Amino acid sequence: MTDNAIINISHMNKTYQVGEQPLHALQNIKLNIKQGEYLSLMGPSGSGKSTLLNMIGLLDRPDSGQYQLQGENTELLTEEQRALLRRKYIGFVFQSFHLIPRLTALENVELPLMLAGVKAKSRQERASKLLSELGLGNHLRQLPKQLSGGQLQRVGIARALITEPTILLADEPTGNLDQSSGQEVTDILERYNRNGITLLVVTHDIALGNRAQRQLNMVDGVIVSDTGLPINTTKPYQQLGSSS
Amino acid sequence: MNLADHWLFSYQALARHRLRSTMVLLAIGMGVSSVLLLTSIGEGARLYIEQEFSALGSKMLIVLPGKKETTGSAPPLYGTSPRDLTIEDAQALKKIPSISHVAPIIAGTASVSNQSLSRDIIILGTNRDMFTVRNLTVKQGRMLPENSETRATPVCILGAKLAKELFKKSSPMGQWLRIGEYKYRVIGLLKARGESLGLDLQDMAIIPVRSAQVLFDSPALFRILLQLKQTDFEINTRVNINKIIAQRHDGEADITIISQDAMLSAFNKIIVAVTASIGAIAAISLIVAGILIMNVSYISVSQRREEIGLLKSLGASAREVRQIFIISSLVITSFGSLAGLILSYSLVFIIQTNFPKIPLAIPWWSTIAAIFMSFIVALLFSWLPANKAAAVDPILALRG
Repeated sequence: MTDNAIINISHMNKTYQVGEQPLHALQNIKLNIKQGEYLSLMGPSGSGKSTLLNMIGLLDRPDSGQYQLQGENTELLTEEQRALLRRKYIGFVFQSFHLIPRLTALENVELPLMLAGVKAKSRQERASKLLSELGLGNHLRQLPKQLSGGQLQRVGIARALITEPTILLADEPTGNLDQSSGQEVTDILERYNRNGITLLVVTHDIALGNRAQRQLNMVDGVIVSDTGLPINTTKPYQQLGSSS
Repeated sequence: MNLADHWLFSYQALARHRLRSTMVLLAIGMGVSSVLLLTSIGEGARLYIEQEFSALGSKMLIVLPGKKETTGSAPPLYGTSPRDLTIEDAQALKKIPSISHVAPIIAGTASVSNQSLSRDIIILGTNRDMFTVRNLTVKQGRMLPENSETRATPVCILGAKLAKELFKKSSPMGQWLRIGEYKYRVIGLLKARGESLGLDLQDMAIIPVRSAQVLFDSPALFRILLQLKQTDFEINTRVNINKIIAQRHDGEADITIISQDAMLSAFNKIIVAVTASIGAIAAISLIVAGILIMNVSYISVSQRREEIGLLKSLGASAREVRQIFIISSLVITSFGSLAGLILSYSLVFIIQTNFPKIPLAIPWWSTIAAIFMSFIVALLFSWLPANKAAAVDPILALRG
C-alpha cells in the first residue's frame, strides 16, 4: 500500500520546549496518504494537528522519523530543495486567508507562479481562468479589502490550486467564514477533490470533519483514530489511543 | 522569480509605504547630489584653469632662472641660481630659428602715485613680444616702444582698474605719474581681459623691461616667455635654449624650461585629487542614507513577517526571500539615485545658464562613483535585514 501513497510518514517525532516542560507535539506518527484521498484531521487545540500539517507541508522539520513525499525522502534535503518540493506538490489554504493586501485578487493568485518564474502573460491567463472558474471573474482587479470573506477564501484556494499541486492542505478553511460562505468554500474544495486532488482539512468543526471519507483524530501528538486504516491495524495505535 | 517580477513586486511593496519610501528616496537622492554638486565645483575649477591655459596658446615655453633637479640634499628651491637671467640672455635666444617671440619679464612691486592718489601694485617690465605671447591688446594708445630692451624709456601702460583708481574720471592718456623714484608717462590702456592665471592684469602697470631694470636696480629677469613658431619644435628648441644659455653662463645651463602642457597637467593632477577628496567627504551622506535604508528595512521585515511566511509556504526559499528584500532596497536606491542625478544636473544647468561666470561642471567619474557607491551602500545595509527576513519561521509568521 505504500507504493501508491503520495505521502508516507513513519516514526515521526517532534518536541517543542515550552517553558521548562517539553511538549511532545508529534509522537511516533505513522501516516500514509494516497492520491485523491479526502482526509480530515481533528482534535483539540494543542493536539499537534497543525504541527503535522506543517510537517506534511515541509514548513517544519521533524526531530526524527521518515517522510517521503511522492517517493522522495525529505529528511536530508536542503532548505532550497524543500522549497522546490513545496512549490511543486503542495498548496496551502489558510484560516485567515493570508492574501497580500497591496496586490489585486489576480496578482495574489499569480504569486506562486511568479515565484516559480512563469512568464507574466501565461500566468495571468492561468490565474484569471482559475478565478473565473471559482466565480470571481468580475473581481480580478479588486484588492483584498474590497472582497467579502467567502471571496477572499476563494482567492486563497485559487492561489493554492494555481500550481496544480497534488495535495491541498487546508487549515481551518471555514474558520473565519459565516455559514453560507463556509459551505461555498467546502463545496469548492470537495469539487476539486473529486477531480483528483488530495485534500487534507484540519478543523475543529465536527460537521466539516465528518464530511471527509477518512477521518483522523489527534490527541496529545498521537493519531488516536483513523477511519481509513485497515482492520488489522498495528497495535501501538490502539494502545496509545486507549491510554489517552 | 525573474528579475522583472522582482522589480515589480518590490515596486508594489514600496509604493504601499509611500511616506517611508519617499524618505529613503530623498536620503539617497541628497547623498548622490551632494557628491555630484561638490565635485562639480572642483571640476569647474579644473576646466576654468584649462581654459585659461588654452587662451594663452599652446606654443608657449617658460624659462625660469635656476635649475630644479633632484640631488642628494634637500630639494633646491625656486630660482636659487648663482647667475641671473638677463635681458641679454633673452636677446640671445632670438637667434634660435624656431622661436618667433621672446618676452623677458622683470616683475616687482612698487608704489604708483598720481598726485595724492597712491597704490602699491605689481609692475611688469617687458617688451612688445609680451603682447603677442600673452594675447594682450591695448584699448587706447600704443604698445610699449620697439626699443624696450635697449632704452629705459619712461613710459607705461596701465590696467583698466589701476587707471580708474589713479585718475578717477579724467583720461590718463599722456599724463605723468610716479612709480617708485621715477616719473612715467601713460601711453596706453590695457583692454580688459580679466584675470590671467591669477595675475590681475587690470591692476597692473607695464613698463619697458629696461626701465624696470633701472626701477628695481637689478638686471635679474623673473622669467622669459617664449613663443614657438610651431608646437612640434619644442624638443629641438629646448636643446638649443640650453646650449645658448650654457655658452653664456660659463658652460652651465642653469635654467628650467617649463612647457604649458607640463604646468597644465600638474594643475590637473592636484585639482582632480582635491575634487576626489571633496567627493569622498560628500559620500559620507550616502552612508547616512545607508543607515536609514537599514532601519527602514528592519521595520519592513517585521511588518511583512506574515507575507514572508506566506511566500515561504508558496515555495519561496530563504534565498529568494533574501533577494526580495535586497532587490527592494536596490529599487528604491535606483529611484533615489535617479532623483539625485536629475536634481544635481538641473541645478548645475540652472546655475550655468544664469551665472555663467561660476565655473561648475559635474565630472563623469563622480557621476559613476556616486551611483556605484549608493548601490554598494544599499547592498551592504540591506544585507542584515534581508537575512533576518530569510530566517523568518513561516509557521510562527502565519499563525500570527
